[in-house]
Amino acid sequence: MEFGEIVSVLLQGAVVTIKIVAMALPLAAAMAFIFGLMRLYGGFPLKQLAVVYIEFFRGTSALIQLYWIYFVLPLFGLSIDAMTAGVIALGLNIGAYGTEVVRGAISSVPKGQFEASVALNFTPSQSLRRIILPQALVGMIPPFGNLAIELVKATSLVSLITIADLTFKAKSLADMTLQVGEIFGVVLLLYFVIAQCLALCFRYLEKRLSKGLGRGGVK
Amino acid sequence: MSSHPIIEFKNVSKRFGDTSIFNDFNFSVKENEIVSIIGPSGSGKSTLLRILMTLEGIDGGYINVNGESLWHMPWNGSYVPASNKHLHKMRDHLGMVFQHFNLFPHMTVKRNITEAPMRVKGLSRSEAEKNAEDLLELVGLADKADSYPNDLSGGQKQRVGIARALAMRPSILLLDEITSALDPELVDEVLDVIRNLAKEQRFTMLLVTHEMYFAREVSDRVCFFDQGRIVEEGAPEDIFTSPKEERTKAFLNAYLN
Ligand SMILES: Nc1ncnc2c1ncn2[C@@H]1O[C@H](COP(=O)(O)OP(=O)(O)OP(=O)(O)O)[C@@H](O)[C@H]1O
Ligand SMILES: [Mg+2]
Repeated sequence: MEFGEIVSVLLQGAVVTIKIVAMALPLAAAMAFIFGLMRLYGGFPLKQLAVVYIEFFRGTSALIQLYWIYFVLPLFGLSIDAMTAGVIALGLNIGAYGTEVVRGAISSVPKGQFEASVALNFTPSQSLRRIILPQALVGMIPPFGNLAIELVKATSLVSLITIADLTFKAKSLADMTLQVGEIFGVVLLLYFVIAQCLALCFRYLEKRLSKGLGRGGVK
Repeated sequence: MSSHPIIEFKNVSKRFGDTSIFNDFNFSVKENEIVSIIGPSGSGKSTLLRILMTLEGIDGGYINVNGESLWHMPWNGSYVPASNKHLHKMRDHLGMVFQHFNLFPHMTVKRNITEAPMRVKGLSRSEAEKNAEDLLELVGLADKADSYPNDLSGGQKQRVGIARALAMRPSILLLDEITSALDPELVDEVLDVIRNLAKEQRFTMLLVTHEMYFAREVSDRVCFFDQGRIVEEGAPEDIFTSPKEERTKAFLNAYLN
């Protein structure tokens, strides 16, 4: 097979991979915030629910989570297409790690900031929204960036539930043509480029956010 | 000065784990009275202010602020622990200035001062900004409205801290060692602001301080704390020139030498 042809097939796969990342990432971020805040501030039983979610998704294999959602849930009458299953499994999995990022960044805001907001009589939700989160957000961006790259790498799992992502295309091309060197070379490069683009976005986001924190930045 | 007590502690106890900080503690402050609290480290001075600001709860007894129970509320003819709503209402009487300023670093000086009046008290932006300008004038920082806290000196930060607390118009102002984090040459600019406030006698002020000369100058009453008790209290002249208790003498001697 010609090299150009190989690249064009792999690019189709890359588009699918990027699509999955683009959908799973917002889901992961939402899960991270919701369960991270529940873990920090939730009363019974929200806090316990958050702990179960976090420990379950961090403590079991992402592949098995994916299989569960795609193969096992239909047995209980809940069947979803492969793409949705992949996005949900990856979003929930990376989101569970994200909760720790949210929790860590909020906990690292100095205690004095909470106390000043109590003294000024802000309600807990006002103080979270207007005082604490704006300061915590900057600190979340770099670790979220790392998780985003973890997510890109984890997307290759969806090839195992018939989604024609980058890894899936690579494997079928390799089986067909045996030009493994060229194929997996291009695949590596494509994953690397996707990850680097994401990293760049996150660095830009970090810069933008710290600008909003005053000329001196947060000390 | 009216003799109505605006703050009353009745048999209050407070523990941190196994350590008892206050035990059967009684204390009261009259409206518009200016009370300085002095005493060795760890004697419970900050804890007293933090309990009033509702940053720490109590383990026993009652506290009244403005005639209403702070940490309890009436319910079915008896008293139960205060709800968040009750605490929210009670905090309206109180304002606090912190040793380490605790300004919001992501907001300009002006927004530090206007945010709570707008969000909590529902003032319009123009009202809140007008007040902020007046307060910045009062603390001598009219030209810093658009600066960020991290671009200010310690003394300037603390003056913003005072303006921010005053913007909520508390009737009781709690000041916890507001100059101890400052370089010596910056202390006076902050104390001057408090001196002027003290002259007007518009607030009740409770100040924890290590600035003995200042305490002597501005207070109506000085309380010497040790191990969670008021060992001695009285007019500043009496406490500073003729303390009766040995422990007060020892403490003041250590300070003044
Ligand atoms: N959150 C806390 N948990 C446990 N112990 C505490 C806590 N806050 C204060 N303490 C202890 O309570 C005691 C009184 O503390 P407090 O801060 O009120 O003293 P202070 O008189 O303000 O001292 P300083 O002059 O050093 O500020 C100290 O022994 C302190 O270690
Ligand atoms: Mg203290």
